[in-house]
Amino acid sequence: MKIIILGAGQVGTTAAQQLAREQANDVTVVDTRDDVLRDLQDRLDIRTVSGNAAHPAVLEAAGGSSADLVIALTNSDEVNMIACQIAWTLFRTPTKIARIRSGDYHRRAELFGDNAIPVDLAISPEQLVTDYVERLIRYPGALQVLNFADGRVRLVGMRAVKGGKLVGHQLRELNAHIPNREVRVAAIYRGGRSVKPEGNTTIEEHDEVFFVAARDDMRPMMKELSTEEATARRVVIAGAGNIGFRLARALEERVQVKLIERNVDRARRAAETLRNTLVLTGDAADEELLLEENIDDADVFIAVTNAEEANILSAMLAKKLGARRVMALINKPSYSELMEGGKIDIAISPQTITIGALLEHVRRGDVVRVHSLRRGAAEAMEAIVHADTRDSTIAGRRIEEIDLPEGTTIGAIVRGDRVLMAHHDTVIEAEDHVILFLTDRRHVEEVGRLFQAGTRA
Amino acid sequence: MNLPMVQRILGLMLIMFSLTMLPPIGVALAYGDGHWHPFLTAFLIIAAIGLALWLPVRNVRRDLRLRDGFLVVAVFWFFLGVAGATPLLISDIPVLSFTDAVFEAVSGFTTTGATVIVGIDELPKSILYYRQQIQWLGGMGIIVLAVALLPVLGIGGMSLYKAETPGPFKDQKLTPRIKETAKALWKTYAGLTLLCTLGFLLAGMDAFDAIGHAFSTLSTGGFSTHDASFAYFDSATIDAIATFFMFLGGANFALHFLAIRGHNPRLYWRDTEFQAYFWLVVAVIAGATIYLWFMNEFDTLGASLRHASFQIVSIQTSTGFLTTGFAHWPGALPALMILLTLVCGCAGSTTGGMKVIRWLIVLRQGVAELKQLVHPSAEIPVKLAGRPVPQRIISGVAGFFAIYFVVFAILMFLLMMIGLDQVTAWSAVAACINNVGPGLGDVAVTFKDVPDAAKWVCAVAMLVGRVEIFTFVLLLTPDFWKK
Repeated sequence: MKIIILGAGQVGTTAAQQLAREQANDVTVVDTRDDVLRDLQDRLDIRTVSGNAAHPAVLEAAGGSSADLVIALTNSDEVNMIACQIAWTLFRTPTKIARIRSGDYHRRAELFGDNAIPVDLAISPEQLVTDYVERLIRYPGALQVLNFADGRVRLVGMRAVKGGKLVGHQLRELNAHIPNREVRVAAIYRGGRSVKPEGNTTIEEHDEVFFVAARDDMRPMMKELSTEEATARRVVIAGAGNIGFRLARALEERVQVKLIERNVDRARRAAETLRNTLVLTGDAADEELLLEENIDDADVFIAVTNAEEANILSAMLAKKLGARRVMALINKPSYSELMEGGKIDIAISPQTITIGALLEHVRRGDVVRVHSLRRGAAEAMEAIVHADTRDSTIAGRRIEEIDLPEGTTIGAIVRGDRVLMAHHDTVIEAEDHVILFLTDRRHVEEVGRLFQAGTRA
Repeated sequence: MNLPMVQRILGLMLIMFSLTMLPPIGVALAYGDGHWHPFLTAFLIIAAIGLALWLPVRNVRRDLRLRDGFLVVAVFWFFLGVAGATPLLISDIPVLSFTDAVFEAVSGFTTTGATVIVGIDELPKSILYYRQQIQWLGGMGIIVLAVALLPVLGIGGMSLYKAETPGPFKDQKLTPRIKETAKALWKTYAGLTLLCTLGFLLAGMDAFDAIGHAFSTLSTGGFSTHDASFAYFDSATIDAIATFFMFLGGANFALHFLAIRGHNPRLYWRDTEFQAYFWLVVAVIAGATIYLWFMNEFDTLGASLRHASFQIVSIQTSTGFLTTGFAHWPGALPALMILLTLVCGCAGSTTGGMKVIRWLIVLRQGVAELKQLVHPSAEIPVKLAGRPVPQRIISGVAGFFAIYFVVFAILMFLLMMIGLDQVTAWSAVAACINNVGPGLGDVAVTFKDVPDAAKWVCAVAMLVGRVEIFTFVLLLTPDFWKK
């Protein structure tokens, strides 16, 4: 597929990196900053074009006339929309994805369409991040909660904590602990390495465990791995920007929310719009303020200001002062790696989340959902099995017969309304939605090919 | 430094290179010259060495960094010199010493075209073909070919490509994937070679000579299958065809590709470098034609034009074919022509030299400096085709000039110390570092009579010139080897 990525920011760069890794994609990146492009071209096998992403000549130079997909990720909503408009008007580019931050545009769905602004998918990173964090808060203890098959199946990543019933026990005992529950452990990471989950694998403290479960069976399984039981009741959010504000609004009806914002105007505006949130003006890294507001009682502290270093510091401080779980919004992958699991419980990476949403639309039609895990090293995907007269490699086979790449496990199967946990003798049928976990995302292409309609892998 | 990966790629490329020994075997069998065994032996030896390098590290999978790319390219070019010399050394005709065989192979691959063999017409067909073939492979570059063909290179391909392709703008790619860019360049190159072959055939060459000379014309190499070079054919038509295709070989192949793909010959005129290259060639030819005629070097204006244009294009594009030769031409012409080799053709062409574009940038920078003296507070950007040249490129070009002349001087002093006279020494270095071939003085036709030590110096000059100095000089800097 010929792909043009407009904007070489965090998300653009990561998207280029992930897409160029698949041999089938030809990636061209457009940006105005020559030095950034030069660095990018040294690292990746892509073409770069320097110039304003919304200018017809620049799009043409980037191969607009033959592009299959334009992904507009510049930091201006307007440039992104105009670029999509131009790609559509001049080149009839089939698929156009744009990052649109401003909520104003999203509120008017009729703005987007072939006869209006031709954006096939308008991604709002802030909304995606808000949804993501909201899920994490609803399920305390989880590092990641990802939806498959319209939320009927979920993939949960958690860190095993001392006191969890399964911790220190073999996986085979799981059935005795929680009988009749549809749960399957898809992957275990120990000290950064993936451990193959088998019946005799013992779950150890600090293991990062990913399991697939039907929605209703999540909670019992989570109790097996950690001691936290109740949902969060008291949440403190640092930063009343786009994400902080949306998060507060999404949570305020159900839990007690305190929102800390340094900028007086912004704090006042937030306070005027929000109903049940206590908006505080001050510095989230101010120990006095945090203590005053009973940080030691908070179930969750989330730092989502624009400055990632400040997020890290205030989250560490909150943890030290007694907040039960702390999360920080961190853009730089290297920072996330450094902090997560240590002094900060969860590093929220907007680009990983945005990329997950992006990849779904980029992948072939048979792969309906893709989530990036562990900062892009692993991946979970949902794919549809097609009936295939020419002996399909998948349909009509037992799972153990399928030749999956190393590190790839089938976690669950959604057949119509039913959710089946995968066992070695489960037979896969046509039109099943299969949920896979890949510990090594280099195999993504191979797995994608397995599910491609009409071809033999 | 990622040595296992470097070793793996070197092994793979040697295995690939060993396959190029097979066509000469075919030629030997087709013409029944009985000389297939040197190539078979060379094939086995090179393939075995390649396998020995590759097998222990075949499972290493890591990204090749820019620095590793330079190392691969430099080391591989050294390998090429020796590996390419193997069949020449094994064969009993011609009888070549190790020095001569390596010199001949390096001269072939770097498309220099200087030879140490006299009596070329008597060589077996397979050897003749082999000499032409190495020129053709070296023209667009074996490493670029490897990038096009070897699937394992991936991102590493870019660092190899950058270390081998000539010109200051190394980041420009024709396609998003470097592999496709390399393929496009090779296809264009092969297509033009085919056209040139057809031209030679129509003009009356036999098939063997047509293919052989097309190989060394587009690669601007200069090897011929005859001692007399193009004078052997003594045909104005053949001279004209050769002149035309040598000129094309001196233009940017990316430009050829774009013009052919877009069916748009006007692209040539929009390219500042091509324009400068064109007018430079035209101006020198015009001046030389009139001057040669005036000095009674040739009887008619027509003959003067024919030989002046052939020789000047041949030298300017660093090919080095000879009809009349130029060393005995009157006045400043011989020296002027050697100086022209400092310019040569365009970036991304198969020529040697410093490339037209670098001279354009340096000259315009010079003019800008002059203007700056008159208007100290003026903003005077250096522009190409109406767009400012990034400062980084300008300083890169300035650095290139400095290193180039230092290396030039060192090599020239070495040759003089070995005992060559001044004219021979400086023209030999110019002819080798710019990959031209013939020089002045004792090296006006062949390098047969220079001492062995001087041949080694010249071989180094050719290699250094072919990969544009930096790649080799870089390996001598302590910074490169620091962890």
